[in-house]
Amino acid sequence: MLITRRVEFSASHVCHSPGLSDQENRALYGESANPHGHGHNYAVEVSLEGRPDAVTGMVFDLKRLKEVLNREVVGPMDHRFLNYEVPPFDRVVPTAENLAIEIWKRVAPHLNSPAARLHSVRVYETEDLYVEYYGEER
Amino acid sequence: MIRLTRRYRFSASHRLHARGLSEAENRELYGKCNNPYGHGHDYLLEVGVRGPVEERSGRVADVAALDRLVGGEVIRAFDHRDLNQDVPEFASLPPTTENLALEVERRLRRNWSAAFPGEWPRLDRIRIRETKRNIFEIS
Repeated sequence: MLITRRVEFSASHVCHSPGLSDQENRALYGESANPHGHGHNYAVEVSLEGRPDAVTGMVFDLKRLKEVLNREVVGPMDHRFLNYEVPPFDRVVPTAENLAIEIWKRVAPHLNSPAARLHSVRVYETEDLYVEYYGEER
Repeated sequence: MIRLTRRYRFSASHRLHARGLSEAENRELYGKCNNPYGHGHDYLLEVGVRGPVEERSGRVADVAALDRLVGGEVIRAFDHRDLNQDVPEFASLPPTTENLALEVERRLRRNWSAAFPGEWPRLDRIRIRETKRNIFEIS
């Protein structure tokens, strides 16, 4: 069974790869490379996979999941400029793909439970563009 | 591996009518979807691609290239059109959303390597929402 918690945060970013010239960045990222950045209302859906516990009837305590997401994701990222204020995005380009990988790294260590495992991190950059990450091995 | 999904919209009319069946059988099978002058939907199309994150760009796919491919192959051909009359493939095949999803897949695959010349990203999923209550998916 999959259980999913969704959180939202608003942040600004600029897509600019330090290894490329300004012109190459513009060709690659288009208006997302505009030098002073821009923002999105991001939504993050984190899904855990497991079986309901025989006693509690829960796969994972969603309250606990909410606390982890607020502490590890919303707290540090909400109303921030990702490139300047949220490592590793001072050196890693904050695309939706890299954001999903970083969120996985931040939350995975806190979601250990005998009954459940982290299944996926979905990041909506806009309503019409989202990415899903299933961990390194998948 | 990451899956990236992009949403597109198009509005089109269609009529479900199978050539091999009688008028009465079509009426029985498709109900109001067989009404003679057709009807329309605001379709929501999701195209999912899969691949590794490219080190240099931090991305799985060039979204602008995907938009050009889907725009040229699908949206331009289907949006504000009558599927039965304006899309040659549906002259004989009923434009159910099952067939529509297969046609979207065929159109994307035929020019995929021109839009994405490398090994990645690959087309991973097509999902069409015909109405809020009817959703069709190929993966």
